[in-house]
Amino acid sequence: MSAFSRRRLLGWTGAGAAAVGVGAVAGCAAAPAAPGPAQRVVPFRGEHQAGIVTPAQDRLHFVALDVITDDREELRALLQRWTAAAERMTAGAETTPGGATGGNPNSPPDDTGEALGLPAASLTLTFGVGASLFAKVGLDPSLVPPGLAELPRFAGDQLDPALSGGDLCIQACSDDPQVAVHAVRNLVRMGFGTTAVRWSQLGFGRTSSTSTSQETHRNLFGFKDGTNNLKAEDPDGLRDQVWVPADARPAWLAGGSYLVARRIRMHIEIWDRTSLVEQEVIIGRTKDEGAAFGAAAEFDPADFAATDETGAPRIAVDAHIRLSSAESLGGVRILRRGYNFVDGSDGQGHLNAGLFFIAFMNDPQAQFVPMQRALSTKDVLMEYIEHTGSAVFACPAGLGEGGYWGQSLFEA
Amino acid sequence: MSRRTPAAVGLAVLGLAMAGCTSTAPVDAGAGGPITVAAADDACDVSTTEAPAGTISFDITNGGSKVTEFYLYATGGRIMGEVENIGPGLSRQLIVEVPEGGEYETACKPGMVGDGIRGAFTVTGSAQRSVDTDTRLAEATAGYQRYVNSQVEALVPKTQEFVDAVVAGDVEGAKALFPIARTYWERIEPVAESFGDLDPRIDGRDDGEPGVEFTGFHRLERDLWQDGLQPDSTAIADMLMDDITELANRVPSVELTPLNLANGAKELLDEVATGKITGEEDRYSHTDLWDFRANVDGSQGAIAALRPVIDERDPALGPLLDERFAAVDALLENYRDGDGFVLYTALTPDDIKAMTEAVDALGEPVSQVAGVVSS
Repeated sequence: MSAFSRRRLLGWTGAGAAAVGVGAVAGCAAAPAAPGPAQRVVPFRGEHQAGIVTPAQDRLHFVALDVITDDREELRALLQRWTAAAERMTAGAETTPGGATGGNPNSPPDDTGEALGLPAASLTLTFGVGASLFAKVGLDPSLVPPGLAELPRFAGDQLDPALSGGDLCIQACSDDPQVAVHAVRNLVRMGFGTTAVRWSQLGFGRTSSTSTSQETHRNLFGFKDGTNNLKAEDPDGLRDQVWVPADARPAWLAGGSYLVARRIRMHIEIWDRTSLVEQEVIIGRTKDEGAAFGAAAEFDPADFAATDETGAPRIAVDAHIRLSSAESLGGVRILRRGYNFVDGSDGQGHLNAGLFFIAFMNDPQAQFVPMQRALSTKDVLMEYIEHTGSAVFACPAGLGEGGYWGQSLFEA
Repeated sequence: MSRRTPAAVGLAVLGLAMAGCTSTAPVDAGAGGPITVAAADDACDVSTTEAPAGTISFDITNGGSKVTEFYLYATGGRIMGEVENIGPGLSRQLIVEVPEGGEYETACKPGMVGDGIRGAFTVTGSAQRSVDTDTRLAEATAGYQRYVNSQVEALVPKTQEFVDAVVAGDVEGAKALFPIARTYWERIEPVAESFGDLDPRIDGRDDGEPGVEFTGFHRLERDLWQDGLQPDSTAIADMLMDDITELANRVPSVELTPLNLANGAKELLDEVATGKITGEEDRYSHTDLWDFRANVDGSQGAIAALRPVIDERDPALGPLLDERFAAVDALLENYRDGDGFVLYTALTPDDIKAMTEAVDALGEPVSQVAGVVSS
């Protein structure tokens, strides 16, 4: 399997067996002679979409798109083409058989080619729809899921409309940035005339672990991020907090989830001038180990009732981990899947950098809204960050054989 | 202004005069006599809207106050024939060969802008020949060559008017004529650019190569809009006229292939995307939308010439191209200002984004044409 590559797959697909090949490759990933991480293929089809509880890959290319046609059938045809190309790409193949170099030499190639020879690199492609889509293509308003209701304005929001919203989204995660960029670039290209890019975000350095098998990474403030995240190994937590229940209305989103995206600009240089003790107090954890104040190890539970010798709470009342904890939010949790970003410098010599926050949940109004309200009004961290982009998308359940992105909605 | 070398455009310049390329040569009228067209600023009265297949003659008289053009179009905007630059009070003749019966359209374009005043025109009968693909391809290149020649026929006098205004020190007059003269240049830019010596002199920008003198349209643009006329403006204007005249002399000897047409159509949209949408090209006058319009016209002209071949080989592509060209046309119409367009500086970021989306949407199917005609 070490020789598995896009070129090899190219040879197999001549028999029209791309999908079969994909399944076989996916099966190999868990076999004893498992390929290295770069070779890993995440199954495209399944009960839930890949890229939600899938172990978080290191790289992200996220894109929000506007639909620029009012022709629902044209959009549906694009979604079918997208699905076929996406499935091939997640298996490490070109968008079409021979697409990069095997076509008419006088035509631009179907596939842009920068992923030729690269392995699948755990690529996942996750698809969602925004509230603005429904009216645009004449979908029945009763199909708009309640979770797509607009988020309230939070204190300190500096939202840029050019970095917010969108009719559709595609989240591409991979161990290799070039593989993720290739996927989004080719899907965007296929959509010209039907969809147009509204905004996009590159990310690196996953700031959450979504599996207990993963170490916790650090955000650009240098703190471990996602220690207390919901994890793939907690099916009850996922059922209660992440997946839309089977009996939910509208039915097309059953088994799906909501994706909340927030572009959070961090004032890196200001933070870097802050003393270590202040940084740690703001977060409520040690920077080195990532242990909650009063605890010894990263995964020791945080004791929010503990007090120090003066009787003050050990974890400050406005500490970030307290305000965002399930304990202070009536049991609410979310599955975070964010990424660090650095979009170069801002023209004033400061890093244009921060956290591209992505979280999955089954009720944004009941989960994200109270959490962000608490943080935006009480969290001292707000002095060091600002939210510059915001969007909510509904991500349908996974696809069965032959299904395409958005099928449950378009055939509802 | 192109970054491409002439070799990349790949036009073979042969010393052959083109046969049958003059659409306006006077000939004897057919048995039925020519069809008369009474053009005015708001009318285009064609004496009959039906003719048998074969050679069809139109006598166009411009009774209006604006310079006009007359076209006969086939499906997809394919130009069967046209006469450009018919001044007020003038008459011109168009003789056009229409081998196949079907539905066509006539159009007068007072002010030489927009879709013009359209009318249905039916060609009847059986002059239809069985044409194989090679014939269709040959017709496509011949048809496009006629288009290019017709543009050059208008480019010369329009540039002369512009140059005369510069030489006369008539700054306001020259400013008004600048985007109009450039329209004919921009429509045929890939062909004009194939002359690697003339292109930088005519259309170079002052971010060109170091040591290369800044001359041509954009140098005069800078003088007119920014610096005021300079002591050498007259010399620059005269040189522009000489270069355009030289171009006109050379163009009839250009021999084009179907791939040149397809790639030229794509390159014109690339020009829009990299130079016009960005406001880079006409940085002093901000008349970029005139050039935008002209580049799209030229792209459509080349695609339309290939249309019968496209329809034969990929029936879905032609209608998609029609739809995407129409979307760009509709968008540009929103920015009309009189006979011209609003200035680039009047555009908002949202306007520019909408144009970028429309050009991206058009560029993808246009980029498929080369593969279709060469398959």
